[in-house]
Amino acid sequence: MIVEVGHFALVLALAVAAYQFAVNLYGASRNDAGLMAAGRMAALAQAVLIGLAFFVLMHAYIVSDFSVENVFRNSHSAKPLLYKISGVWGNHEGSMLLWVLILAIFGGAVALFGRNLPPQLKARVLGVQGSVGLAFLLFVVLTSNPFTRLSPAPIEGQGLNPILQDPALAFHPPFLYAGYVGLSVAFAFAVAALIEGKVDAAWARWVRPWTLASWTFLTIGIAMGSWWAYYELGWGGFWFWDPVENASLMPWLVATALIHSAIVVEKRNALKIWTLLLSIFAFSLSLLGTFLVRSGILTSVHAFAVDPDRGFFILGILTLFIGGSLTLFAIRAPVLKAGGLFAPVSREGALVVNNLILCAAAAAVFVGTLYPLALETLNGAKITVGAPYFNLTFGPLMIPLLLLVPLGPMLTWKRASVSAVGRRLWLAAALAAAIGIAVLIVNVRGPWLAALGVGVGAWLIIGALWELSERLGAGRVPLAASWSRLKGMPRAAIGMTLAHAGLGLALIGIFGLSFWRVENIVAMQSGDTAQVGAYTIVFVGETPLKGPNYTGVSGKFDLLRDGKPVAVLTSEKREFKPRGMPTTEVGLHQTVAGDVYIALGDKAMNGGRSVRMYYNPLASFIWWGAAIMFLGGLLSLTDRRFRVGAPRRATVATPATEAGRV
Amino acid sequence: MRRMIKAAALAVLGAVQARRVLAVTADEQLADPRLEARARGLSAQLRCLVCQNESIDESNADLAKDLRVLIRDQISAGKSDGEIMDYLVSRYGEFVLLKPVFSARNLVLWVTPFAVLLLAGAAAWRSRRDRAVAEEALTPEEQAKLKDLIGS
Repeated sequence: MIVEVGHFALVLALAVAAYQFAVNLYGASRNDAGLMAAGRMAALAQAVLIGLAFFVLMHAYIVSDFSVENVFRNSHSAKPLLYKISGVWGNHEGSMLLWVLILAIFGGAVALFGRNLPPQLKARVLGVQGSVGLAFLLFVVLTSNPFTRLSPAPIEGQGLNPILQDPALAFHPPFLYAGYVGLSVAFAFAVAALIEGKVDAAWARWVRPWTLASWTFLTIGIAMGSWWAYYELGWGGFWFWDPVENASLMPWLVATALIHSAIVVEKRNALKIWTLLLSIFAFSLSLLGTFLVRSGILTSVHAFAVDPDRGFFILGILTLFIGGSLTLFAIRAPVLKAGGLFAPVSREGALVVNNLILCAAAAAVFVGTLYPLALETLNGAKITVGAPYFNLTFGPLMIPLLLLVPLGPMLTWKRASVSAVGRRLWLAAALAAAIGIAVLIVNVRGPWLAALGVGVGAWLIIGALWELSERLGAGRVPLAASWSRLKGMPRAAIGMTLAHAGLGLALIGIFGLSFWRVENIVAMQSGDTAQVGAYTIVFVGETPLKGPNYTGVSGKFDLLRDGKPVAVLTSEKREFKPRGMPTTEVGLHQTVAGDVYIALGDKAMNGGRSVRMYYNPLASFIWWGAAIMFLGGLLSLTDRRFRVGAPRRATVATPATEAGRV
Repeated sequence: MRRMIKAAALAVLGAVQARRVLAVTADEQLADPRLEARARGLSAQLRCLVCQNESIDESNADLAKDLRVLIRDQISAGKSDGEIMDYLVSRYGEFVLLKPVFSARNLVLWVTPFAVLLLAGAAAWRSRRDRAVAEEALTPEEQAKLKDLIGS
């Protein structure tokens, strides 16, 4: 019965989404306050209804109601509670339900919190959101219904895919989706602005927090996924340029461009048309990511052709929204007035370069991911685009951008002087260069790229802190004065410092892990020792393992440094009951300098156990860096500008507003 | 069954699909560290044909193991890296290469990122210049007004 309530709520949400779409857009075009108020209620109702449906499904998982096909296929009564809950989105139908839930929550949040928005703009934003919700709810109800019943009900479920039974991965999808779907708000704002034919500083100020929130969620979502890949896959890597990873990287890159270009719109009233286009691109890439992951096209073009319903449905949604919004853009963009002139060397100029490079980098990921699919579809030729391609295209594109990061905030708006910036930053640059050179000298035989990476990372960190200390007047005013300046600073400025410094930290970790990793693969018997980096590893022995829903083997290792024991590590290999899939739990010893990483392998021919050991220098910097970027995003979101007053549009009606009523 | 498991793993939202752990085993490795390093370098460039986006260096599939052994045999037999790669491409096609070749067919792939940068950069430069020109030129009325203002 409860399940039917959820099912009903879902279908009702579909009807409400249709209503939300129609009543908001119609109400806005008539400027009818009553209709627009109804539109706001529809947005809230949709959030409540989908929330109800979602919790009903979660309830079915928690009580292991295997009469629901979705629960039967993806759950097991012996699973720990956490994975019963995360199992809700650990499958196609449930994850699509989460997708529409987050969409509806964002819609509801706009309806609830966008108090300062002009009613018409708000109604149009909600209308566009409603149309996205309508399309995806149709998809869920018609092709991916999570509430389908089974009769007779099976006694036991088939179990959750074991690789998903992990805390980091349990929360990876909700964060990632919050980022993906949050970009729909920027998209809706862009489409609404195109309909109205008006973009101004106030518009940018409303869009920015939503985009920033999406970026923040995407950042932490991607970081969690990569952290999971690092310790769970037992491979020692953190990023594999896998199409599924790329699908999340593309929106992140464009969202990064968008949060920067929106600053220019807000502060200087320039780059308006470009920012609209970026908003459309960012959400389009989110849709593309959903298509890639959900359609099965990645498994192979043929798998897609065998069961094409879902794929074609999402492809249709993709075409409709991307094509529709770009057409609207082509028609309406010329109406928008370009504003704000600036010299090439200026903060605007630097942000334009930032945008160009981020878009080119996103294009590299885009063609690298889709070209093999396109080629195979067109003439059946099969090629592979792997990590070497991305290292050769994405890498060289990003390095100049990273070099520019500390310069940007130092440049003045409109027209900047290179020599003035040089005078302010040369010491920071010299310091970073010295660090890079020192690395090169100490590590003579190491790859020069590693030294470059560490140098650039140091440049980002020092540059960010330098800018902050200048603002605080460090060294020029008393410490107490600096402190009060810090407290008085806009939080968004501190957020930027954190984000840029975090990026530098992550960069150092990425280069350290990629270029200095030490690897040792040996077959070990109990009592054998092996060397990895400065550590000695003693294989104590292995014991059979029995968990709630898996069996396996656990290896115990003593970790010694300079003959002194530092840690005892266990590394596991698990075999999950219902599906018989093996996973690993690596033994990890983390220090600031680097991680010792032990993965257990199969039985070796000589009767011992194949053991793979790594020393991964600076690896933890990657996730600390990402965490700091995430904090930077959160801090910026609490900036008072986003909370109070200021976003109020000048009330003078412009001809463009009138022209907007078409 | 393996296929189904793979498909299921992929369907599930995860960031990466199931990678069975431990690829290169201790038994396979060559005694000479220099030759072994060459073998590792080569296998990182080659795709495991039955997996998704994994190199044979990473993969645990049987085919990947066969290829790793084959590479090591050929290295031991004194073949150069180029010869080994050519042999594998002739046997499995371009699909086996993780780094696509620079060829007319792959031009779009290699050129697009840089073309995007150049074209978008050129467009940005032009639009800036056009606007600068447009805003510098005053309309006749504006000129009259300006004259009026300066004259008074």
